[in-house]
Amino acid sequence: MTEAVIIGVGLHPFGRFPGKPALDMGADAVRLALADAGVNWPQIQGGYIGSYEVANPDAVVGRLGLTGIPLRGVFNGCATAGTAVALAARAIETGEHDLTIAIGLDKHPRGAFAADPSVAGIPSWYGQTGLFLTTHFFGMKINRYMHDHGISHETLARVASKNFRNAAGNEKAWRRTPLTPEEILASPVLNYPLRQFMYCGPDEGAAALVLCRADQAHKYTGKPVRVRSTALRSRRLGAFEVQSPSFPVGEVVESPTVDAAKAAYELAGIGPEDVDVAQLQDTDAGSEIIHMAENGLCKDGEQERLIAEGATEIGGRLPVNTDGGLLGNGEPIGASGLRQIHEIVLQLRGTAGTRQIPGTPRVGYTHLYGAPGASAVTILST
Amino acid sequence: MTSTTQQPVAEGLFTWPPGDSAPLRLIGSECVACGLVSFPAASDCVRCASTESKQRLLADRGTLWTYTTQDFRPPSPPYDGPEAFEPYSVGYVELPGELLVEARLTEPDPDKLRIGQEMRLTLVPYTVRDDGTEVMTFAFAPAEEPAQSEEFAMSEEETS
Repeated sequence: MTEAVIIGVGLHPFGRFPGKPALDMGADAVRLALADAGVNWPQIQGGYIGSYEVANPDAVVGRLGLTGIPLRGVFNGCATAGTAVALAARAIETGEHDLTIAIGLDKHPRGAFAADPSVAGIPSWYGQTGLFLTTHFFGMKINRYMHDHGISHETLARVASKNFRNAAGNEKAWRRTPLTPEEILASPVLNYPLRQFMYCGPDEGAAALVLCRADQAHKYTGKPVRVRSTALRSRRLGAFEVQSPSFPVGEVVESPTVDAAKAAYELAGIGPEDVDVAQLQDTDAGSEIIHMAENGLCKDGEQERLIAEGATEIGGRLPVNTDGGLLGNGEPIGASGLRQIHEIVLQLRGTAGTRQIPGTPRVGYTHLYGAPGASAVTILST
Repeated sequence: MTSTTQQPVAEGLFTWPPGDSAPLRLIGSECVACGLVSFPAASDCVRCASTESKQRLLADRGTLWTYTTQDFRPPSPPYDGPEAFEPYSVGYVELPGELLVEARLTEPDPDKLRIGQEMRLTLVPYTVRDDGTEVMTFAFAPAEEPAQSEEFAMSEEETS
């Protein structure tokens, strides 16, 4: 089977851009990715595009060129970009296309995602009585995790502080003001034990990737980044998941993140010990801590020591969310995972500037998680 | 007797009105084919895909598995609680042998809650309509006193 490689990445800044439509941000990101790859839009043979707010994201072709290509819309909540890159890679692997694109764009209003529970197949009383809040899940999952594995409130604050510090060095990030752990611990509790400065917010932005057949990459770049594996998994019965009025007792069932990670490692023939840099879904500071273990990058409970030692800092043994993650960038759902891959590509090329991790990183890892219990993992390498 | 009118937030969620003949219980369901317990009651089974289920009244006591707080007013809609917001807490309570159910907790202070503590089912008026009607939903309260063996015996009989 032919391997897919990434030859171009483009990122529209994340944040708030009054008056700028999501489709324009998407078109900007595509143009940046095309320029990075040295490819013209008419050369692109097909692609996948994801958005939450834009019903017809494929209308972006109206700003890029009406070439008649299949540009398929995809959606898997917060894991949407994982599906876009997976299918863009698959189209190359199966021989359907030689040159594809993955695009994500979104423009969320303040306080987005206040939907009726019926969108998740849950009765109205769940929303009326104030239970239909995804943030409850994040608070409850990390509260239990802290109880079981000895994670402290200070460690939550250190994670948020790291991601805002990394964002401060990223001119395309949204929240670029560094905050000390003390300042974070002094912010108001929103959902115990999570505080205001431990949460990411919905915002705006776009990202795009250009992929091609590995055997043609030399025509475009000297540093292609290989798509070693992609995996998407949904929740299994018994897993503790977001938006669940109840779940069964009995043996603990692993989260879809664990399932997606295992599948992706196996497909890639790469183990967690080989990962040089990771981008993990940090919807909140607790999520990053839990996801380190769920993705196999450490054992449950080791995060307390690893984070205190600075292991997940840019200069550490296992840098996590080097561009600021979701905490620093916010989460335009359709684009978020492509932003993660954009950062990994820069790190593997050695062009991440002040955020560049030391040494010669070879393997990068990205992870998404969101409602209604879906996780996507992409493993990349030089 | 109370002078205020009360109504449940939804039919079929818990026994209503609770009284001596029908004590307060959550109304769940049990798959006829594989026995999986669900709440709220579901006609379809997410374990074996059977479409046959029967009603099952769930245990009214359990242990607190995890919890969090809600310290800001949730967006309306869908939330229809009072405009004057009072923080509340929510958690998952493990009903032994049945399921873990998400519910409001009557104790809003996280420092007074503890994973593993005994909880008992109750009702709370989560909002009051313009005409004064209290809208009731289910909640769990810390069970200050150990459950009496007689109650346990009754609960097992009714839920088996």
